[in-house]
Amino acid sequence: MPDMTKSQSGGTAVDTAVDAVAPPTAVDTAAPGAASQGKPRSLWGDAWFELRHRPLFWVSAVLLVLLLAVAAFPGMFTSADPRNGDLTNHFLTKPELTHFFQADWFGYDGQGRSIYARVIYGTRASIMVGVGVTAVVTLFGGLLGMAAGYFGGWIDSIISRIVDIFFGLPFLLGSMVVLNAFTERKVYVVIAALAFLGWTTIARVMRSSVITAKQADYVTAARALGAGTGRILFRHVLPNALAPTIVVATISLGAYISAEATLSFLGLGLADPTISWGIDISDAKDAIRDNPHVMLFPAGMLSLTVFAFITLGDAVRDALDPKLR
Amino acid sequence: MGRYVARRLLQMIPVFIGTTLLIFLMVHVLPGDPIRAMWGEKAADPAQVASLRHEFGLDQSLPKQYLDYMVDLFQGNFGKTFGGRPVSEEMSMAFPVTLRLAAVALTIEIIVGIGLGAWAGLRAGRAADTGVLIFTLIVISMPVFVLGYLARFIFADELGWLPPNVQDSMNLQQLLLPGFVLAMLSMAYVARLTRTTFAENLRADYMRTALAKGLPRRRIVGVHLLRNSLIPVVTFLGTDVGALVGGAVVTEGIFNVQGVGNLLFKALGQREGTTIVGVVTIFVLVILLINLLVDLLYAVLDPRIRYA
Repeated sequence: MPDMTKSQSGGTAVDTAVDAVAPPTAVDTAAPGAASQGKPRSLWGDAWFELRHRPLFWVSAVLLVLLLAVAAFPGMFTSADPRNGDLTNHFLTKPELTHFFQADWFGYDGQGRSIYARVIYGTRASIMVGVGVTAVVTLFGGLLGMAAGYFGGWIDSIISRIVDIFFGLPFLLGSMVVLNAFTERKVYVVIAALAFLGWTTIARVMRSSVITAKQADYVTAARALGAGTGRILFRHVLPNALAPTIVVATISLGAYISAEATLSFLGLGLADPTISWGIDISDAKDAIRDNPHVMLFPAGMLSLTVFAFITLGDAVRDALDPKLR
Repeated sequence: MGRYVARRLLQMIPVFIGTTLLIFLMVHVLPGDPIRAMWGEKAADPAQVASLRHEFGLDQSLPKQYLDYMVDLFQGNFGKTFGGRPVSEEMSMAFPVTLRLAAVALTIEIIVGIGLGAWAGLRAGRAADTGVLIFTLIVISMPVFVLGYLARFIFADELGWLPPNVQDSMNLQQLLLPGFVLAMLSMAYVARLTRTTFAENLRADYMRTALAKGLPRRRIVGVHLLRNSLIPVVTFLGTDVGALVGGAVVTEGIFNVQGVGNLLFKALGQREGTTIVGVVTIFVLVILLINLLVDLLYAVLDPRIRYA
């Protein structure tokens, strides 16, 4: 019979990634692939070994470093002002694809603003939302899932029911309703709304891997040696239950960025004066027939960012999943 | 079987009540006054505001409001919009449209997704496999609205193969493009999932047995491999309904489909609390029932699974 708690409610695409990750039970034993080197490697050392040999990991890693640099120091990549529109000279000017890193590289939008500058300055909001939501969700969902999985009993019942209830609400739909109530939608408001509805996936993943990890012999051994609950939880259970959570967190980071852009596109996410690719794509939708470049560049940059995170998550999952070796 | 279904239905009740309470609270507790918003920037007459509040029951305490709503709901009454139309009437216009769109999307998702995944899984590690992997990665990376405008631009505006807007939801040809866009993301996930399970099950013992028995390849792949690989895919399709619903809001907006997504989006703009709660309630119910259906499907796919 299928697991009741898992099959009971709807989920996001992220869930499927979870199923592929087996909870790492035998962590300190050497994987077969590591036999060539005499010394046994830990799960993490093994995963790093796997990662280094994947070209897609390096593609996404380079992309991510670049994107983080752009998000941190947008001024280093363009000298143009993303908010300064010049309608008389630049209204919907076509891109000059040979003018690398110039203000007119990607052309100008319907308000005479440099699309290149807007694409560069829009990176920060997307990355902040993605990283912010993932951080909140991993911390909050992770702790709740850990408590539910480790203590069991009524604590588990209460937390699991709350998770079920939140899980029943479609993620994008729920965040639309929450964000609709706020008129001033800054980055932190969007982070809070997405995290409010997104924490359940991590909680479920963490709960099931903690349940597996707490039954291991080393936990019994630690308890026999007199270790307290806190020590067992954070020194023994958590490190051995973390892998699936990390995989889900990395993959969902891309999904959160995508969700933010979708919400901003609908006018329910970030709002001016915050620069967001979603808003720019929404602004471009009426101009697309004659000036596809207005949409092409922010949409391309958005897709590239999501691609980088999803690919990273993919590579991490493959590296941490012993079944695929 | 009957007892299992009954137990599952009973278990649904607390989740259903909890989720509707959550959505109800989200609509009503969060800042923003829908009645006051009707006047926009203009000054509102306090007496009028008060009488409207009373008419829609917004002057009651929240628990009372929720209780009244639930009692009405179980009698099939979804309340009425601020414009005075019954919400159930609006929904009965919109739901069939979205249902048709979702059916088109689901069909594309299943046929193309499983087909692509099976193709890649049978050629694991070869060029076709890598090609499908990269294709699915690109599709997953593109948010629905980017995909939607891209598809509309290419297939409707430039090539002119399909109409850009849906005027008549009964017309399958008009629903093809939005259905395709709505299906794309899930299709990519279905393809990847099918690929993984196919590649995994290829090494299973029963496959070797089937081969050793001398069964034709078509039967090995089409019956033995496919049936054993479908369980995770069916699970995914069940859990994916929620994502489909969120995607429908965007897709219906882009292609001007007069479905539930559009209804919900308009209701959000006008802060139509009753419509929002009504639509989401129906969605929650549909998702819960589909998940039950998926669990029952397991037994069909895998005779080892029995429900006592």
